[in-house]
Formats: sequence, structure tokens, C-alpha cells
Amino acid sequence: MTITEDAPGHVGSRRLRKEDPALLTGEAKFIDDLALPGAIWVGVVRSSEAHANIVGIDGSAALEIDGVNEVLSGEDLAPLWGEGALPCAWPVTPDMKNPAHLPVARGTAKYVGDAVAVVLADSRYAAADGAAAVVVDYEPLPAVVEIEDAVADGAPLVHADLESNECYTWGLWGDNAPAIEAAFAEAAHVVSERYLQQRLIPAPMEPRGCAAVPSPAGGELTLYSATQIPHILKVMTAVVLGIPENKLRVVAPSVGGGFGCKLNVYAEEILCSALAMQRGAPVRWTEGRAEAAVSTIQGRGQVQHIELAADADGKVTAVRVKLLADMGAYLQLVTPGVPLLGGFLYHGCYDIPNYMFECTSVFTNRTPTDAYRGAGRPEATYAVERAMDSLAVSVGVSPEEIRARNFIGADAFPYESAAGLVFDSGDYQTVLDKAVALADIDGRRAEQAQRRASGSSKRIGVGFSSYVEMCGLAPSRVLASLDYGAGGWEAATVRISPTCKVQVVTGSTPHGQGHETCWSMIVADQLGVDPDDVEVLHSDTAVSPTGLDTYGSRSLAVGGTAVYMATEKVIDKARAIAAHQLEASEDDLEFSGGVFRVRGTPEAEVPLAGIAFAAFTAHDLPDGMEPNLEAHVTYDPPNFTFPNGTHIAVVEVDTDTGDVDLIDYVAVDDCGVQINPLVVEGQVHGGILQGAAQALYEDAVYNSDGQLVSANLGDYLVPSAAEAPRFRLDSHATPSPTNPMGVKGVGEAGTIAAAPAVINAVVDALRDLGVTDVDMPASPQTVWRAIADAQGGAS
Amino acid sequence: MIPAAFDYEVAESADHAISLLGEHGDDAKLLAGGHSLIPMMRYRLATPSVLVDVGRLDDLRYIRTGNGTVSIGALTRHSELEHSAALAEACPMLASVAALVGDPAVRHRGTLGGTIAHADPASDLPAAVLALGGTIVARGPGGSREIAATDFFTGYFESVLADDEMITEVRVPASSGGWNYQKFNRRAQDWAIVGVAVAGGGAGVSLVNMGSTPIRASGVEAALAGGASAAEAAGVAADGLEPPDDLNADAEYRSHLARVLTERALNAAGVA
Ligand SMILES: Cc1cc2nc3c(=O)[nH]c(=O)nc-3n(C[C@H](O)[C@H](O)[C@H](O)COP(=O)(O)OP(=O)(O)OC[C@H]3O[C@@H](n4cnc5c(N)ncnc54)[C@H](O)[C@@H]3O)c2cc1C
Repeated sequence: MTITEDAPGHVGSRRLRKEDPALLTGEAKFIDDLALPGAIWVGVVRSSEAHANIVGIDGSAALEIDGVNEVLSGEDLAPLWGEGALPCAWPVTPDMKNPAHLPVARGTAKYVGDAVAVVLADSRYAAADGAAAVVVDYEPLPAVVEIEDAVADGAPLVHADLESNECYTWGLWGDNAPAIEAAFAEAAHVVSERYLQQRLIPAPMEPRGCAAVPSPAGGELTLYSATQIPHILKVMTAVVLGIPENKLRVVAPSVGGGFGCKLNVYAEEILCSALAMQRGAPVRWTEGRAEAAVSTIQGRGQVQHIELAADADGKVTAVRVKLLADMGAYLQLVTPGVPLLGGFLYHGCYDIPNYMFECTSVFTNRTPTDAYRGAGRPEATYAVERAMDSLAVSVGVSPEEIRARNFIGADAFPYESAAGLVFDSGDYQTVLDKAVALADIDGRRAEQAQRRASGSSKRIGVGFSSYVEMCGLAPSRVLASLDYGAGGWEAATVRISPTCKVQVVTGSTPHGQGHETCWSMIVADQLGVDPDDVEVLHSDTAVSPTGLDTYGSRSLAVGGTAVYMATEKVIDKARAIAAHQLEASEDDLEFSGGVFRVRGTPEAEVPLAGIAFAAFTAHDLPDGMEPNLEAHVTYDPPNFTFPNGTHIAVVEVDTDTGDVDLIDYVAVDDCGVQINPLVVEGQVHGGILQGAAQALYEDAVYNSDGQLVSANLGDYLVPSAAEAPRFRLDSHATPSPTNPMGVKGVGEAGTIAAAPAVINAVVDALRDLGVTDVDMPASPQTVWRAIADAQGGAS
Repeated sequence: MIPAAFDYEVAESADHAISLLGEHGDDAKLLAGGHSLIPMMRYRLATPSVLVDVGRLDDLRYIRTGNGTVSIGALTRHSELEHSAALAEACPMLASVAALVGDPAVRHRGTLGGTIAHADPASDLPAAVLALGGTIVARGPGGSREIAATDFFTGYFESVLADDEMITEVRVPASSGGWNYQKFNRRAQDWAIVGVAVAGGGAGVSLVNMGSTPIRASGVEAALAGGASAAEAAGVAADGLEPPDDLNADAEYRSHLARVLTERALNAAGVA
């Protein structure tokens, strides 16, 4: 059964979110709302130095503060974990360097924000006062701050026991190298570009926090954490601390966003868990906003070299990419894998026969990087979409024409890419045509020409970005081939209660996405019940013991599919009971609107409610059938899904000041079948603004000493609704053949598409002034300088 | 992001506040809207041991006009300036500048007295009062004194206000002549990277975030008085200044912005 867009029912409707009343009225409980009388509060003393030996830690002033009870160094805490380190689950190459990463540093601090000591106190306030009063004596060491400096000759070493700052080099080209050389040798046009992906601070609305609550009598521990991954966190905590898994429970309360930064196993989670087991008392920590800037992972951080070879018509024959990626000082959960997630997609949505990708990742004395909304794919899309615009200029055609000449054709699916992926479905040209029409490209170009002709200081620019991404992480066997340390399946249980209410248990862990709403709509349509009669349970390993959580736009395509399949299984069982009750063959039954009917004999019918009750009493079930209506499914997807789209940004650039105003934004996305367009639009709006934020506003700026300069939200410019452009959205669904609902995923699409669209627009606005590139973020000062440089020196 | 411990006192009147300041010395700070002081306390850049809350002194929340003067109580919120019909009539520039401060939440808490006392060179209203030729009324243990805005600001977050003095009122002349305010920032809620206020048809011109205090652009004023065009006068806007260098703008770009924005402000104010 496939859910089609014209099917009557809830799927496809703009149903308001179930989650919102509790969130909007303050009823929802976040980690810091937990009342835990008698809890020990942890304050973390963080390194003020990017690289330094820790010579001494003096806690005497802290211990004089009322309510501060202990000050513990990394040495003091060593017995809690020995050499046990924070986990990295993705050893991308056999020789990848993974230096031991202790929850609290011993001996040397390796980035500003590295934990060097902890304070245990009676309250959060005392913990903060105590942490501020601890005096750490540092012996500064030379720091490696910028990516390219890490691989320069004579660079200081981030890890003294390693030979260099290189973490690994990973490549993808197989035996294709000669063909690539030939393609470049024969090319009529070659584009060679270098782009910078600045570091970004994820800044979810709710910073992190955790609380570990032991039950000493039985040796159990419950870890509450503002995490995206309670299931993975449970396994990892068990492994790192040696707590038997059957004694561990992990709960994610309401979580205020993550964007990937809560897809991790953090020092504080391990620290609180270990201390709680040792002390037999609850131990908790709540991250401060300023603390979060350095203690939570950051995103991006790459230097990209991309080359395109094309024939005289602009048909691309080869793409060659070399990346330098910044790991930061240590590897967190999936740090090394992030560049690889983009590594398959540097050909974008184009049919390019020759493909070469190589990434060298390096350590720097900065906060570790890891997955941040899009994880690898925004970087890939940025590079190829910027380079395609350069190619268009070189060939002398419009951005839309260069894309049209290179798109994978709608008739080419399933399409096997040169990077080795099989793309499920798409119609990239139709999507682009829709976007062009919606954006009124002709009108904008006329306006652009008119402003140029009149010498106006307000230039108009139009920027394209056509993207394809891989979502629905992931077929477990593919992950194995990438040396990822876990599978990519998802689990679901569906139960129907005696009174015909439905309980869905999902292993997918929402932190703002709207799973409860969407899962209810899917199941309601399948069973013919009201979505309000469906309850969705999640985020607690005691309730939902099996799962792999939420990241990489996987929830619907994998977790939602598991729910769909479990519901189908329940219907199959109900059908057998209905056949038994109606004394008919199962094959003669049809099920719609919650009622089983014998085909051709409409009066012979039985509602699901009757079957649910019969399954509960078990008085009269077919021979050998177990009571109750319940089914469990673990779904391992056969392939990724490949959402795609074309976004068009229109900017007005004030050439006197360099100010960029995003005046229009059109997005046409193919995320497959949409369960709830309202939820889809919410994801796309937020995603676009987050991508535009990288293009125009956000930058984790480090000075040459390795200090994060933009460490607060006055200096790190997260845009608000006031900066948002007018979003004009449309869609063009090509249902994915990979899963029964035809869904693909939409959580990262906007972020992946937006940054190149916006920067391409800025460059388009200024190209006649000689500007060919503008670094991100395109701040007014950066744009003004780019114009001045192109015009031959500052004015 | 957790402030150091402090005590908290509620002032019943301006005189009570002043006596509490005298009692606690320079460990004490007045708390008005709290939208400059509390962020600094959360970063522990300010660690007063006593806060004297003047936020409830409603008798210092007023806008009075008459005799060519507008008198505004120190505890008047930015949003009250923004929405006052009397102010829109008597001194529209001040109302319009108030509407550009921060975001609605900031404007509903922040006070005129607070923003003047805080003496942030990047703030909007101090520069507007400076361009308008305003007067600040400060009360101390020995009574009140009037300080011309041009004499008030002495340095980065510093003014002539004594530790035991409180601003009670700000006065500006009812405005005549063209005016304009240019605020250049990246997000709607942010302080100006550079701002320019033009009052009285060019008689008063001031600059935001171009030095350690709000700055009266006397070079521009003099050029205009000497018959220069708007473009010519704007050309000297940054002369002799040492603008700050930060993530948004270095000194060279800031100087450029000051010239561009001054010309725009003069043109918009109708200064030929
Ligand atoms: C997110 C955000 C954005 C902002 N954006 C802007 C902006 O764009 N432009 C702008 O100009 N400002 C901006 N502000 C600052 C805002 O305008 C403040 O409210 C204002 O600067 C201070 O006023 P307050 O009443 O809040 O003072 P408080 O924070 O209470 O006090 C500030 C200082 O003044 C002293 N003080 C207060 N009242 C008096 C008095 N009557 N007499 C003597 N001393 C006194 C206090 O002791 C303290 O030292 C922003 C603030 C925030 C939080």
C-alpha cells in the first residue's frame, strides 16, 4: 500500500502540531526543570588557554564559598574512568589517529573550553561561583589555530605524542585517476576554486544539560540528558564506564533543539554518571549559554578545493575535490565522518562521469567539530553550486542553463553516480523550472540591468542553488563499508488497546521535529482512527528500548517507515481475526476507514474496535493465535533517500556600505511524499534561515591565540525572524521507491541549499564590478572590501 | 552566565535611592531597566554587591512638554518614548530613535535615564540627546544639578555622574528644523555599528560608536555653518576620530560608514 497524495485522510493535511500546547504554555519539562532534591551540582572549570600544561590547580578560594564542597582535578577524577575515553564511533580509516579524550583533562589543556577541573556544590549558583574562583596555573604552549597552519611545515603539535596534526586522509576515486586526468587535459573549460567553510556554533534554543540519578540499592542509574540520542548514549555510557546495560536507563526530556550538537556523548554526561555511581547521589550539570559556545561541538570548518572540467558546451566531465577539514582538538562521536557524508555528493545533482574526492582532516587547538545541520552536505553543495556558477560565466550561459545542461535526467532513475550511490528518484529540471517561474527571474534580471545602467548603488543579484542530499541514514551494510560503528535501522512497536486506542513506540527521538504529530497522522490513516487517539512514546530507553535516534533527516524515512510497517503487521493480524469472526477468507476482506468488510457483501463487516476488544479478551481467536494486537518492526532501509530541490535567493546589495538585504527567497523542494506540509514548511523555513545565517551572519571567530572572540550572542550573530527573508515555497514530489510511503526527509534541506544560493546572489549582484568571490559570512565589511579590492584598492 | 551574589534593595523614592547609594558606597549600583547592567553581571563584568532598584519609581516616568522644552523622567521606558503622541509632536527625532533601540522586549524594560547613565558610545539615545543639545538633571545628596549633554560623557562607559548621584530627568529643546537618524547594524536587535543623528537642520550632528563616547561631529557642524554642501560636510565626519575596531568593523570601514551615513542623514534631514 502506498499513501498517495489524493488519498482522503490526514496524511497531506496541515494538521496543527500535537506537541505545541505543552511547549507554548510552559508545561513541557526540559532538563533544567527536573526537581532533584539533594543533587550535587557540577561546575566545570574550563581552560582559558588554547594549549597549555596544567601546572597547578588551586581550589582554596573556591572551597571558602558557602555551598562549595569539593574541587577535583583531572588527576583526582582519574579513578572514575582510568584511561577510558570519550567515544568516537567512526574510525574512518584503519590508521586514523584518535588521541585519548578524557572527560576532564590531565596534564595538558588542548582548547579554550577544555574541562580542567570540576567543582561540586549544593546549588547551581554555588557551582558557578566555585568554578569562577578556582585558580589554574598554566604554562602556555604554542597553539595551532587555523586549518592550513596545522599542516604547515614546523607546525606545533596539538598532540605531542603524534608525528603530525593529521588525523586521517580518506579518498574516493577507485581506479578512476587516469580518466580524471584525461578529462581535465581535454577540457574546454576548467574551473578551479577555493572556498572556506567557517566554523559555526550550533546554538540551539536550549543549551545542554544532564542529571544522573542512581538507585544505589539495586545499582541502577538513570541518566537524564538534553540529547538527541538516548539509545546510543546508553550503549556508549555502558561501554565507557562499564555499567551493565541492564542497569542503565537514559531519558531525554523535552529537548529544545539540537541541530546535531546533541548527537554526541559528552564529557559532562560521563562525568555526572560516574560521580553519581560513586557518590550514590544525583549529580547534575546545566550548561550556560556562554559556556556552550566552547564546550559544545561546533560545525563546519573546512578549506575546500574544487575543480570542474567541462567540454565546450559546459557539460561537466569530471569533478576533483580536495578538502582540509578541522577536527578540533579531539574526536567526538562522529567528528571524522562528517566530511565523508559530503564526500559522495560533490557532483551535486549533475551527471558527472568522473569523480575524485580526497579529505585530509587535521587537529587544531579548538573546540571539537562534529555534525551540524546537514553535516558534510551543506559543504559539498556549497562548493559545487558556487563552482557551477563560475563555470556558467566561463561558458557564457546563465546559471539555470548550465544546470539544465548537466542535470541527471528525470528518466535516468535509479541513477548510479560516479561516487557509487544509487539515487532513488527525482525530476531536477521540473523543480528548477518551477523555481524560475516562481522567482520571476526575467523580471529580476530586468531590474538588475536597469539598476546597473542607472549607476544605482543598490544592486540586485539572483543566486541559484540546486541540491541533492542523501537522507534516511542508513543501510547498515553501507555504514559497515564506511567503518561506522553502528547500524542504520530503526525500531517501532504499535499496539492497539482494548478500547481501540493506539500506542506507538518509536526509537526515533524528537527534539522539536514533530514526530508525535506525524506518526499519529500516518497510523491514523492506516487504521482509520482519529490522530488524537494515537499516543506516541519515545525518548526513554525504559519505554522505547530499541532505537537509533534522530539525526541526518532519518526520522521519517527510517523511523516513520518502521512505524508504518509495524502498523501494517497489526492490520494483518486484525485481518485474520476479522476473517475468523466473519467466517470469510482473509483474501475476501477489504479494510478501510477502520472497518473490515467482505468484498461484495457490504453488510458483513466488523470494526477494528470490535477486533481490538476480541484480541484483548482472547475468548475467540483463531487457533494458535496469541492474544492482543501488537507488532514490532525493526526496519533497515535498503538505500538512502535523495531529497533535492532548487532554491533561488534574491539580494539587494548596497555598494556604498556593503550591506546585503535578502529581499526574496524561493524554494522548490522534492522531499518525496509530505506527511504534513505545515511541518515540512517549518523545517524548510528554519533550515533556510540557518543556511542564510552561514552565508551572511554567523562566524565562530578565533584570534591567533586560539581564543573564541565571538563567544556570546551579541557577537555571534544568530539571525532572528526580523532578518528572515520572505519565504516562498513550492514542492514537486517524486515519491521515493525506497520505502512504502515514498518519503525522503526534509530536516536539513533548507540549510544545505541556502548558503550557496545567497552567496551566488551576492556575487551575481557585484559581478559587473569585478567581484568573483565573497567569503562567508558576507558581512557588510567583507562585501565592501570585496568591492573595493575588485575596483583596485580601498576607497 | 550566573551573576556573582548580590544584595537587593528597593528604593521608595529618588532620595531614598540616593541615600542607599551613600550608605553602600561604590559597591552599590542603581538598577533601572536592567538591560545593560544585568547582562554585564551575568558575564561578571560587573559585580556590584548591592543593587538599588529604582525601576518602580513611577513618579519619574513622564513626558512633559511646554515652553519649548521636553522634560522626560529618567525611568521613562524606550517604548513610552516610541509611542508618545506628545513626543512625536514636540521632538519626533527622539521618538523615532527610541523605536530603533534593540527589540520590543528591550524597549519595554530599558529606560532613558539608564541608557544615558550607562554612557555606551554604541547606544542610540545618548547620541540623539547630544545632537539635540539636551540637558541631564542629576540629583545627589546635596540636591540637583543640570549638566549639558555635551559635558556629560567623559569616556567609555564613563560620565561626570558621581557614585551617589542619580539621573532624574532628561530635557531636550522642542525641535525645529530637519532631523534624521541613520542606524547601521546587521540584525534588527543590535547596537549600531555606526549611527548618525542630525538635529536642527544640521545645527546638531552626532555620531554613534565612533569613539569612546557619543561624539558631537563638530567638524561637520562647522562645515555646514560655513556653507559646505551635505556631501562636503559629510566628508569630514570621521576626521580626527579614533573609531573602535571590532568583529563588525575595523576603523577604516567605520570611518567610511560615518561619511556615507552622515551624507545620507544630512540629505534626509533636508540639509542642502
Ligand atoms: C538584547 C539587547 C539589545 C539592545 N540593543 C540596544 C540598541 O540597539 N541600542 C541601544 O541604545 N541600546 C540597546 N540595548 C540597551 C538598552 O537600551 C538598555 O536598556 C539601556 O542601555 C540601559 O537602560 P536600563 O534602564 O536597562 O539600565 P540598567 O541596565 O538598569 O542600568 C545601566 C547602568 O545605568 C545605571 N543607571 C540606571 N538608571 C540610572 C539613573 N536613573 N541614574 C543613574 N544611573 C542609572 C545603572 O546603575 C547601570 O550602571 C540593548 C539591550 C539588550 C539587552
